[in-house]
Amino acid sequence: MAKATKVYINGKLIGNTEEPEAFVEEVKQKRRRNELTHELNITYYSDNNEIYIFTDPGRARRPVIIVENGVSKLNDEIIDKVESGELEWFDLINNGIIEYIDAEEEENAYIAMFEEDVTPEHTHLEIDPSTMLGICAGIIPYANHNSSPRNTMEAGMTKQALGLYVSNYNLRTDTRAHLLHQPQMPVVKTKSMESTEYDKRPSGQNFVVAILSYEGYNMEDALIMNKAALERGLGRSSFFRSYEASERRYPGGQEDHFEYPESMVRGYRSEEVYKYLDEDGLINPEVKVKSGDVLIGKTSPPRFLEDMDEFGTVAERRRETSVTVRHGEHGIVDAVMLTETVEGNKLAKVRIRDHRQPEYGDKFASRHGQKGVLGLIVPQENMPFNENGMCPDLLINPHAIPSRMSIGQVIEMLAGKAGCMEGHCMDGTPFTGVPETEIMDLLRENGYETSGRETLYNGITGEKFKAEIFVGVAYYQKLHHMTSDKVYARSRGPVQVLTRQPTEGRAREGGLRFGEMERDCLIAHGAALSLKERLLDESDKYEAIVCSECGRLAIRDRIRDRVYCSICGETETFPIEISYAFKLLLDELKSLCISPNLILDDKV
Amino acid sequence: MDVDQIRELVKEKGKTFPIKLLTEISEASERHNLTSGELDVLIEKIIESYNRAEVEPGEAVGTIAAQSVGEPGTQMTMRTFHYAGVAELNVTLGLPRLIEVVDARKKISTPTMAIYFDEGFNSDEEYIHKVANQIGKITLNDILKNFNVSYIDNTITAEIDEKIVDDKRLELEKITNEIKKTFKQVTINRNLLSFESTFSKDEDKLKHGIRELRLLADKVRDLQISGVKNIGKVVIRNEGSEWVVHTEGSNLGAILKMDNVDKVRTTTNDIYEIEKVLGIEAARNAIIQELITTMEEQGLAVDVRHVMLVADMMTVDGIVKSIGRHGISGEKSSVLARAAFEETGKHLLNASIRGEVDHLTGIIENVIIGQPIPLGTGSIGVVMNQDK
Repeated sequence: MAKATKVYINGKLIGNTEEPEAFVEEVKQKRRRNELTHELNITYYSDNNEIYIFTDPGRARRPVIIVENGVSKLNDEIIDKVESGELEWFDLINNGIIEYIDAEEEENAYIAMFEEDVTPEHTHLEIDPSTMLGICAGIIPYANHNSSPRNTMEAGMTKQALGLYVSNYNLRTDTRAHLLHQPQMPVVKTKSMESTEYDKRPSGQNFVVAILSYEGYNMEDALIMNKAALERGLGRSSFFRSYEASERRYPGGQEDHFEYPESMVRGYRSEEVYKYLDEDGLINPEVKVKSGDVLIGKTSPPRFLEDMDEFGTVAERRRETSVTVRHGEHGIVDAVMLTETVEGNKLAKVRIRDHRQPEYGDKFASRHGQKGVLGLIVPQENMPFNENGMCPDLLINPHAIPSRMSIGQVIEMLAGKAGCMEGHCMDGTPFTGVPETEIMDLLRENGYETSGRETLYNGITGEKFKAEIFVGVAYYQKLHHMTSDKVYARSRGPVQVLTRQPTEGRAREGGLRFGEMERDCLIAHGAALSLKERLLDESDKYEAIVCSECGRLAIRDRIRDRVYCSICGETETFPIEISYAFKLLLDELKSLCISPNLILDDKV
Repeated sequence: MDVDQIRELVKEKGKTFPIKLLTEISEASERHNLTSGELDVLIEKIIESYNRAEVEPGEAVGTIAAQSVGEPGTQMTMRTFHYAGVAELNVTLGLPRLIEVVDARKKISTPTMAIYFDEGFNSDEEYIHKVANQIGKITLNDILKNFNVSYIDNTITAEIDEKIVDDKRLELEKITNEIKKTFKQVTINRNLLSFESTFSKDEDKLKHGIRELRLLADKVRDLQISGVKNIGKVVIRNEGSEWVVHTEGSNLGAILKMDNVDKVRTTTNDIYEIEKVLGIEAARNAIIQELITTMEEQGLAVDVRHVMLVADMMTVDGIVKSIGRHGISGEKSSVLARAAFEETGKHLLNASIRGEVDHLTGIIENVIIGQPIPLGTGSIGVVMNQDK
């Protein structure tokens, strides 16, 4: 006796059936007849004898054409109707011509790639093979020629590419936004770009790329760029950051004020940083600002009533709560907006724009997971050139290609070159794009070698390179990891209140952590004094005074110029050099009712 | 030239060598018939490299050893169940094995032995097979041909496969005697066995009959006919000119007591057992051996001296101790060093209860309080010569 098949809906067992196949088929038919929601998916696992039905949100589903008895449901008649506008997308779904299947149902499906391949066993037909890719992977041209890790990496990197992220950026106040100055639509396109309207919001530019080394400055995935190309605006972008402040009302009728702070307010910075402010406490557009400059001058009422003078009256000292340009950032005031909050308080927003011409260390990537940072900017006269005097915009290292097997990039570069010569875009859709043979024909017609290689001349000596160099046009993306967001160094700076150790992070002007493993290295080298310098002198050195009798920390009373132990009284005390963190440990132990005593001894 | 003469020669040059080195030099001089001039040059060269190999005072050998073992450890793949040589035996390898050794586990996950035999026996395949079957665990199930549980008349019938019995060099009589001893209700007719459930006669208990019968069936099948305790499967392998028995499970003590077993080469990968049977020095060598071979299998080369230091630290106190909280790190003399490692609260509390004094002689303590560490450049000081 065959066991009844269990049926689960969204993971919950709801019943069983004796005829699983017929049951599944019936549900599918009902879905196709639009008697059940088209968002339902059903899968039969014959090996566990279970049927899974899913209707819940969050599943990745994709549309495929239904095939019955080896015939695609999307026949010429229907295609004509779609073309004439008689049928729309959801009509196709409601009429059971196209259906969405999820990852589970795909297990039961046998999907033909192309209509010619359809056999009676097939259950579905791909609308286009590239529909199996999502938005990010759909941007990769010739993805079917790449190794899968590279496609995965690229799918991740397209999200980091700068471009025209919205077209109303000028009206927005995003806290942070990047904008590529002259985004171009790629010469080599894919079909999924049409659906995502990538052409209208592109995120990259077409670079003329040569694959060769140049004095070794492009080793380990570094990039070499043509200085003239950069000066013409290649890879140029803007960074916007918006700051905001509002005049809050406090209980007791007091409120914040946007104003030019007077020198008597608590926490007054310096005249220098307020110099751009107007009477109303706001800065003007197109002013060049650097970090620390005040954008919105604001004062707040005193927080506590602690500021009592000797007559017992509250001294009216307002606090300085201005908004300043972040540490490590600079730019030009792009826009100043004054409006009001929902509660009706005055609200000011200031947008800072920073111009970013590519510089050393900025990150770029092609559409094939080939990422790298700018390692050298070469004046155009020193760049290699071909017989027409053309210089590439970018030089990438030949070692970047073989081990990664991103052949898609090579084909893209060929197709890009052919497209540029022909003056039209090329279709690089995975599986169905323009084949290499056609690209080669186009190149030959335009007087290029079919291999894409060209004779280049050394830009410095003018000598001909012995090898022919592969040159092509590839679409490169500028990624939002830029040097100017990251460069940082510190010699001295702020420390934390609790531990007196340097603060952490660039934004807080922090120190660079000398971690546990770095410490181990100094120990392994036996560099005892270097270690002490790192961990004590350059960090939280503290001079503690120890009572010689009880071994606890003594107190220095600077007012009475006295040193005493709070337990033993005026005993002999000795200064010792310890880390403040250790002093903190001793204090914390005391708070746990453990009394750590220091036993002092003469050195040697 | 004998060892004493060599020792004198070395002494003339103002050096003392360990006995092992002296013996090696003496052997070499005899093997190559060195003239006194040549021997002189040899000794000088050896002194030179001996000096070069010596660790400088204040060198942080522990940290360097830890880094030298730890860094390749990060490159180890986590592939655990990998078959090493013997196809049917499953031995833990790689990082998990390394952790197991360093943690000094009492129960390791895959104990295994390699049993060698004395000269004269080790090439006798027949003999080895016989011994292997004495060592390996054989249950009744392994030699049964037919096994039937009859729920109707509450009996179990089974037939011993005499061919397998012969194959495994067992004796049928011994087996049947063993069965008779273990089970009361059994009738044996040469190789035919028939068991009756204890409760078959008792009407009251008969309702539990099926369960009882099943339990009995399991018991019958699991009856151990031969084998050494803790040892499961055995595999016989031809290694060069001799036969070696590899086992799943380990019992070094029992195996070493067996006749004709090579007591020198026979070994186990269970360090705790080696410590029990052969003592601490053997355990130390076993730790070195295990660590080195595990690393080498992964294609990692670590200088033995680093591993030897690890093994030394684990065995100095005469028992094998783990590296970590329950072993050497947890027994450091300094409260601060222990508190900085793990279980901070526990150590601080206990130290305060006992009123412990930390003499701040270690590295970690001095890093914490911010003093130069007593290592490397920090291990020396300046003392005034009071005579002048």
